[in-house]
Amino acid sequence: MAAMTYLEAISDALREELRADPRVFVMGEDVGAFGGAFKVTDGLAEEFGEARVMDTPLAESAIVGAAVGAAVVGMRPVCEMQFADFVACGFDQLVNVAGKTHYRFGLAVPLVVRLPSGGGFSGGPFHSQNPEAWFMHAPGIKVLAPSTPEDAKGLLTAAIRDPNPVVFLEHKHLYRRVRGEVPAGTYETPMSARVARVGSDLTVIAYGAMVHAALEATEGMDVEVLDLRSLVPLDEQAILASVAKTSKVLIVDEANETCAAGAQVAALIAERAFEQLDGPIRRVATPDVPIPFSPPLEQAVLPSVERIRDACRDLLDY
Amino acid sequence: MDVPSPRPAGSAVADGHADAPARLLPADRVELLRRMLLMRAIEARALALYKQGRVPGSFYDGFGQEAVSVGAAFAMGPRDRLCPLHRDLGAHLVRGVEPARILAQYLGRATGVTGGRDGNVHFGDPAVGVMGMVSMLPDMMCVATGMAMAFKLRGEARVALTWCGDGATSRGDFHEAMNWAGVQRLPVVFVLENNQFAYSTPLAKQFAVDPVERAAVYGFPGVTVDGNDAEAVFEAVRVARERARAGEGPTLVEAVTMRMHGHAAHDDMRYVPPELLAAWSERDPIERQERRVAALGEDVEALRASVDEEVEAAAAEALAAPMPDPADATRGVFATGEAQPLGDGRAPWSGFA
Repeated sequence: MAAMTYLEAISDALREELRADPRVFVMGEDVGAFGGAFKVTDGLAEEFGEARVMDTPLAESAIVGAAVGAAVVGMRPVCEMQFADFVACGFDQLVNVAGKTHYRFGLAVPLVVRLPSGGGFSGGPFHSQNPEAWFMHAPGIKVLAPSTPEDAKGLLTAAIRDPNPVVFLEHKHLYRRVRGEVPAGTYETPMSARVARVGSDLTVIAYGAMVHAALEATEGMDVEVLDLRSLVPLDEQAILASVAKTSKVLIVDEANETCAAGAQVAALIAERAFEQLDGPIRRVATPDVPIPFSPPLEQAVLPSVERIRDACRDLLDY
Repeated sequence: MDVPSPRPAGSAVADGHADAPARLLPADRVELLRRMLLMRAIEARALALYKQGRVPGSFYDGFGQEAVSVGAAFAMGPRDRLCPLHRDLGAHLVRGVEPARILAQYLGRATGVTGGRDGNVHFGDPAVGVMGMVSMLPDMMCVATGMAMAFKLRGEARVALTWCGDGATSRGDFHEAMNWAGVQRLPVVFVLENNQFAYSTPLAKQFAVDPVERAAVYGFPGVTVDGNDAEAVFEAVRVARERARAGEGPTLVEAVTMRMHGHAAHDDMRYVPPELLAAWSERDPIERQERRVAALGEDVEALRASVDEEVEAAAAEALAAPMPDPADATRGVFATGEAQPLGDGRAPWSGFA
């Protein structure tokens, strides 16, 4: 075990898989000698060469499309979108080519697209988004969103070894802010939920950076925090089990509210756990606005510890 | 409206066309004809089934364009990989997909290549090294570029081949793939299937400069070939493949042809000037190859009869095949187990023997 930041844990997973499997290669804009916009791939080109840690043209559609082509001839591409926002330019290749291929004619497309996502530091409307729900709605794509260094490494390893297209949401605000113990060597974290804190009065369901906000907001309360970790597949059993235990639920999304991951979780609970509920399903999410630039505006829309705490207190009093 | 003026056959044929017969044994020339006949017969049979209401959805064919897919695919080796389009049924036939599975595909049957999950020419048989297309064009140019990138990364002398249409040259993926392939000097062959119309839109509304000329600005050659001459297409793609295998990078081969049917079976193509169709009907790619094969002393009528018989039997087999199980509709979204890459395909050219 070693203490690592979330960012270092992601780098460690890439390094371990590049060492272990000659089919694995990394590609994206500025990921080679420069080491990536956030330095996630720093040092990898030196160790593995610029062919396996490949600087690509500024072409997100071709990055994903080329990854599909490489994957179906036996490689294991790991692509980096410089910011998750730019995956919009590669959306078609992901949704129409990568996601539908196995269903249509049984050809596996093992690739990973890393998406540095999320806001909280004045990135503005094009460097702050949380696009995970786009891909939850697109059949054939797995969607992962770790919150801790240990899970970031283990889930990225699992993503690289998975025979499907996987989008891997790594929250930029966690990169250097979160540090934790990370096992040495390689391991896979299961694509299922994790109880981040055991509790009995209320369940707060979150993923990514919102897990940390939820833990902070509920300090001192007897509240369970469920870290989804994987949105596709969604760990329905873990969600239903926790709700059955606490009878109250708050769902937190950093993404825009409408049709967010939390909306799906809410629908699941309403449909399958209605009898176990002892209060309304509550949600805290970002309103349906582009993420604004100026700090007071951005802080006004992103779910804050205070908003989460207030919602928890309302539910506990219900 | 502007009437496109296709360049006459042989006006700017790729270098080496004159050598084609020397590289093609009589058996190869017969095989080219046979695969083109098979493509046309399958599509004619499927069109009849569509008109009878037995083919669900819509129906697309490559009538008049048979030389482009058959000729290009014929130049590919077993370990090369292909990404054909919806007018390129001949590529699947060259690689060895059985006609009964193709007809079952049109009919939405369980025995079709996609088992009814997708229709018409939206399929690829992974076992023969062919990736199925998507309707967003030219997405497969990026995919083929990635295949070529993997071949280069692994130091393999293999080539990826894909096709795009004249309309697809307007989208960004055309640029992204051409640029990427040029920057990395990848072993990929792009065949631009210029069939004069993107649905109803003529060339004059699609681009100001013929896209074959763009290849030069991406740093690789663009050649124009008579797309209604299977042997000329073969030769241009063979040369492009050799360049690619030698590490010299991509080639854009523009095959000038004509879409002799509507965009799909419902399209009466009244936007096409009749004189244009009449002119192109004089240049049918199959009739041209038949003349060559007849000159070799082959019995073309017997060949036609044999192909028709094969397609009739395939149609009977496809029509007798079951429809898919509705329970199958939600299966197979995700792969499980170890991912199996595309396999090797049939490569009938004698040059590979």
